[in-house]
Amino acid sequence: MAKTYFTEDHEWLRVEGGIATVGITDYAQEQLGDLVFVELPELGKKLAKGDTAVVVESVKAASDVYAPVDGEITEANTSLSSDPSLVNSAATSDGWLWKMKLADESQLEGLLDETAYKAHIG
Amino acid sequence: MTGDDTKHLPLEDLHVAAGARFGAFAGWSMPLTYPAGVMKEHLHTREHAGLFDISHMKLFEISGSGSVALLNRACPFDAGALEISQSKYTFFLNEAAGIIDDLIVTRLGQARFMVVANAGNAEADEKHLRTLALDFDAKGDFDTKVDALDRVFLAIQGPEAWAALSRAGIETGSLLFMHGFEPRANWFMSRSGYTGEDGFEIALPEADARNLVAKLLEDERVMWVGLAARDSLRLEAGLCLHGLDITPEIDPASAGLMWAIPKEVRASGAFIGADALRSILERGPAQKRVGLKPEGRQPVRTGVALFDADGNPAGHVTSGGFGPSAAHPVAMGYVQTSLAKPGTQLFADVRGTKIPVDINPLPFTPHRYRKG
Repeated sequence: MAKTYFTEDHEWLRVEGGIATVGITDYAQEQLGDLVFVELPELGKKLAKGDTAVVVESVKAASDVYAPVDGEITEANTSLSSDPSLVNSAATSDGWLWKMKLADESQLEGLLDETAYKAHIG
Repeated sequence: MTGDDTKHLPLEDLHVAAGARFGAFAGWSMPLTYPAGVMKEHLHTREHAGLFDISHMKLFEISGSGSVALLNRACPFDAGALEISQSKYTFFLNEAAGIIDDLIVTRLGQARFMVVANAGNAEADEKHLRTLALDFDAKGDFDTKVDALDRVFLAIQGPEAWAALSRAGIETGSLLFMHGFEPRANWFMSRSGYTGEDGFEIALPEADARNLVAKLLEDERVMWVGLAARDSLRLEAGLCLHGLDITPEIDPASAGLMWAIPKEVRASGAFIGADALRSILERGPAQKRVGLKPEGRQPVRTGVALFDADGNPAGHVTSGGFGPSAAHPVAMGYVQTSLAKPGTQLFADVRGTKIPVDINPLPFTPHRYRKG
């Protein structure tokens, strides 16, 4: 069964079988406004928690999205190349950003659950 | 944040009620976007009419016997040649011909002018004007008054702006682009704007502004548009933002703004910076402002370095983002004069990736002003 986690940086992770699908929350996409470009990560790239994984660009500004945990990129959401607005319209489903193989599942313990995230954004 | 000096718009409560997201700009808390979002706000302005609160911008009224002479000293243009109600885009220059601010000056009467200046430079502009006025009056037996006006300032921009104003009881019929007048006491209205569209800018007292906004927003052709779309609209229209595309270190020749300086004034005008500008024109500017069209969808933004095909430094980006109407990224910047020809390909270094960028004529979207 997949389990969903959140970060204070407004990312969500859905973890299943050691693979995390990562995206930004609805709150985050609202703050960013209309996205026009997503710079996707290379497959196989190894990231440490806190490294920039993806850059999302709105009309006005570019923002980094960080790796919430250590791991290796296994897939990038290539449909965002032609339609970056999927992140706005479906942030927590079709607008996912990348998938990564977790290096250390114990890092998940430090993340927020939905209740804690909701409290965090007020 | 407490104890800061951030200035607030007189109509801030209306923007809050409209669901605006605010951000800091030039010392002001400004509505950046409304719930519709920058993309829709931008496109709505080009198709219908966008309503902008630009009360952060400053209006100065200059009057008295020395007003023409004062403006001719401060700006590289001929204030005396303006017909009453005619407006001109011009600048305050420093001694090195650097642009202190860009402005629109409208002649209201024989010896009365309205100057519209940028928010970020308002204080410096006022000081500059007052110092010049004192100096002039002392030397020339003139009497010149500089009044900083306290107004709400609204822009309504887009092909249906005139119709929406008409429905709200304001007829604009005979007013042509770059003309302005005082339709009522303490009002100033001009056919002008910074979006590339037909439109109007109206300065008025707060109570009148609240009435006008309420009437305009009853009209489905009109929606609030924030600063984010104002920026993407002006960038597509190839218009400079002071502080980025033009600064006190950049002269009008490098900026490609010599069209704003009449020939006779270039030759014999006594404006501040005249000598410096003449010598720049004589030897030719070393760099020029150009439009930049990045290949693909990735925006190329302020501060990004540009390189030629051999990897040599070629210039830099001063404004960049995505053009919702152009449907591709748009940018402008400065490049060496030899590389400024449209069609020249350069490369922008965005986080280590070299993105091909073509020099593109400005504007990216055609101007649709009502000139007559």
